[in-house]
Amino acid sequence: MTITASLALNFGMLVFLTAVALALARWRHLFPVAMLTGLFSLLSASLFTVLSAPDVALTEAAVGAGITTVLFLATFGLTRAREKPVEPSRRLIGLAVTVITGAILIYASLDMPHFGSPDTPVQQHPLRDKYLVDSQHEIHIPNTVTAVLGSYRGYDTLGEVAVVFTAGMGALMLLGRGRRGRRGRKRTKE
Amino acid sequence: MREHTVLRIVSQFVIAPILLYAFYVQFHGEYSPGGGFQAGVILATAIILYGLIFGVEAARVAVPPTLLRIGASLGLLIYGGTGVATILLGGNFLDYDRLAAHGGQYYGLIVIELGVGITVASVMIAIFYVFAGRGRQNNPDEDEDHGQADDYDADDIT
Repeated sequence: MTITASLALNFGMLVFLTAVALALARWRHLFPVAMLTGLFSLLSASLFTVLSAPDVALTEAAVGAGITTVLFLATFGLTRAREKPVEPSRRLIGLAVTVITGAILIYASLDMPHFGSPDTPVQQHPLRDKYLVDSQHEIHIPNTVTAVLGSYRGYDTLGEVAVVFTAGMGALMLLGRGRRGRRGRKRTKE
Repeated sequence: MREHTVLRIVSQFVIAPILLYAFYVQFHGEYSPGGGFQAGVILATAIILYGLIFGVEAARVAVPPTLLRIGASLGLLIYGGTGVATILLGGNFLDYDRLAAHGGQYYGLIVIELGVGITVASVMIAIFYVFAGRGRQNNPDEDEDHGQADDYDADDIT
């Protein structure tokens, strides 16, 4: 009974995701597109929650549905909020690329284990016990995700923080106040 | 958006719980879902909501950009510094067991998650400031001192 309920929930959310994605492709006005992108992220976050991945769901909800949507809207304030019409010939190329990529992805998905299958590498690899059982004695932290990210994969996380830092500094240097100050000075000289 | 009474009142009620939840995710990350990254992003969301409702300038007063630059670097320094500290204590880089006789891993994780949270929150808010504050650049004739807070408005977006 519970399996059917969760299956139905998964299926329903995937249908919603597809519907939102199709709507995204149809809109020309970018303001609703940004809103729908947020909705897409929120649905993904719900899906991750149902799939027992609350850490990923938290990130997706906050970054995808929250910050990215706001950044999109802020960008529309700087540029125009309407998509430029595309020539039909270029649309055909886009359609071809999309269909081919989609076909390759679907073909690749045939190699993946079935949904909920008990004999996937995730279930059977020895690392699974190492992380889920041994980490409790080695790290003494109930949340295995934090233990893996912070301790077993501490170097990777340090690298990720460095990436976030670099991205932030890059955005500040490209778009930050210093540049505006220089521009303003130039304008007054002229 | 300050003139939208419903938005203003609701966000006034919502911002404090979001901040609290960010701190909960930060300091409870060892027991419940989430950690430094998620906490940092949630914290940034609260400040961004404040900036959206009360204006970017008001948010800049509450959380100054200089603080964000310091925070972004400080978080990375805390993380890297923990690694250097474990080397100085005779272990490998990021070998938290050296930090304490018992539960060194626990303390190490708390410290590095704090670093992650500070950096992520600072960078996210800084990027928001940069994007939202740029709108003014397009109309330089506008009075710089007047009406800055209302620059980022629903009318600009649509």
